[in-house]
Amino acid sequence: MARMKFLCDAERCIECNGCVTACKQENDVPWGVNRRRVVTINDGVPGERSMSVACMHCSDAPCMAVCPVDCFYKTQEGVVLHDKDLCIGCGYCFYACPFGAPQFPQTGAFGVRGKMDKCTFCAGGPEPDGSPEEFAKYGRNRLSEGRLPACAEMCSTKALLAGDADVLSDIYRQRVTMRAARGTAATPPWGWDAAYGRPDAVQGQPVPNAAPPAPAAPGSKS
Amino acid sequence: MKQFAGVLMLPLVLCLAACGERPQVVNYKQGTYQGKPDTPPYNAAPFNGDKTKWEHALETRAQNQNEYKRIR
Repeated sequence: MARMKFLCDAERCIECNGCVTACKQENDVPWGVNRRRVVTINDGVPGERSMSVACMHCSDAPCMAVCPVDCFYKTQEGVVLHDKDLCIGCGYCFYACPFGAPQFPQTGAFGVRGKMDKCTFCAGGPEPDGSPEEFAKYGRNRLSEGRLPACAEMCSTKALLAGDADVLSDIYRQRVTMRAARGTAATPPWGWDAAYGRPDAVQGQPVPNAAPPAPAAPGSKS
Repeated sequence: MKQFAGVLMLPLVLCLAACGERPQVVNYKQGTYQGKPDTPPYNAAPFNGDKTKWEHALETRAQNQNEYKRIR
């Protein structure tokens, strides 16, 4: 088993927020805490890109480096988890994380910094697997049930992938190959073609009805 | 005499009472995890320690994300 990773395909993400909803539902995440969220670049402009972001379970996690009480640990599968019983809610991990993954409960009008909460890759935490204590503190432990994170498995366009990094690389590599078989250098794939390609297309040979070029952004001269 | 000894012992007992308190702060070491130990995900049911079976289950789930294989 290699490293467990997330991979978000920006060509496929349609900003439906299904992953966000699935995460909150599966882990019973409280109000004010979003373990996962969708970020959109150039929103409203043709060619906009969306990406689902959560804890990326870094190989060299900065949150682990800055934690003053060392409540973070990494499992054999490469999942970064933490012990909430040890967390003092200082927020250093929030400042250190480049993805804004650590979340803190905001129950009051001015916010209350309690125990840090973040994506667990649906792997629970340092409590007995599947126990009520584990669910209350960390959410559901799908990994121990032989399942992948709910956000990825619920993704309707399969933009968000989760699992063994080697397997994800193979899946994504196959997608890129399909996309390369669609369109030409003058008419690069865009939209559906870029996202899905065509399974029966042969790599290197453009399909006759290639996708039209991407429309110019508003305000640009064409 | 016994009462006098009891009066003398009382402050001594009260002074030593704090010595039995457990430390309330975490005595941590820099750079090492200080929390509770966690078990591997395949230890509990339904895999009961069978890592190979668990890895195979995850591999199958991961391949379900590849629609190019699912539609053929």
